[in-house]
Amino acid sequence: MILSYEIPLLLLLLVTAAGAILVKDLMSAVLLLGSYSFFLSLTWAWLGAVDVAFVEAVVGGGLGTVLFLLTLIGTAPKDTRLRRPPPSAITLIVFPLLGLLLLYAANDLPEFGDPNTPASAHISPTYLEQSYQDTHTPNVVTSVLMDYRSLDTMVETVVIFAAGIACALLLRRNA
Amino acid sequence: MKTFLFCVVVLLVILIGAFLYRVLQGPTIFDRLLGHNGISTKAIILLIVIGISFERVDMFIDISIGYALLNLVGALAVAKYLEQKGASIE
Repeated sequence: MILSYEIPLLLLLLVTAAGAILVKDLMSAVLLLGSYSFFLSLTWAWLGAVDVAFVEAVVGGGLGTVLFLLTLIGTAPKDTRLRRPPPSAITLIVFPLLGLLLLYAANDLPEFGDPNTPASAHISPTYLEQSYQDTHTPNVVTSVLMDYRSLDTMVETVVIFAAGIACALLLRRNA
Repeated sequence: MKTFLFCVVVLLVILIGAFLYRVLQGPTIFDRLLGHNGISTKAIILLIVIGISFERVDMFIDISIGYALLNLVGALAVAKYLEQKGASIE
């Protein structure tokens, strides 16, 4: 049963996420977020989504930490300790209810790896069978991203480029 | 082989737990930083071990190389931050 191996991973995820929220210092929160995204990438790798794991490790664990630290350098005062007020009653009531709702909805999700779900029965077999003849790319995900949906990917790249320019402008030293 | 890999994973997870305790508990920022770096080194090994058990080492080595490189960049950013703000953070 694959689920029993995932429980420690999910526990580590929960511990690091809660730690990043509860810790009293912004620096430590940044470091804990780095660990959090490592555990998330490990979860993706465990489920077989290696590409997503790669992106999570690079963007969440690496670039995210660097961007947070650059923001701290650019904005924060010398003392990065947090003094946050206790959460209000509405927060304490609404968010656990929302979590329960999501858990209830997750009950209806199909079994992991079920070949009869709509997601894996609609167009995925076509990609898996024909992508090598169509595009001559050994990796199916790459052929979908770069060939079948290349326009989509190009505009996404434009969006990421614009975001990068905006970050560079915001984080300039003497703006 | 399967049992050996499983034992390696369990040992690494226990080590990660020790480092995680230091990150969560650590009184100073340097304890947390060292704990985070320790977690990342264990992370690289753990990713490769998972790759061996899935028999797809090539892809997982790519992930761990990317993770290691960007961890270096992250450590450099932390060092730069501490240099600018001073290390007087409790």
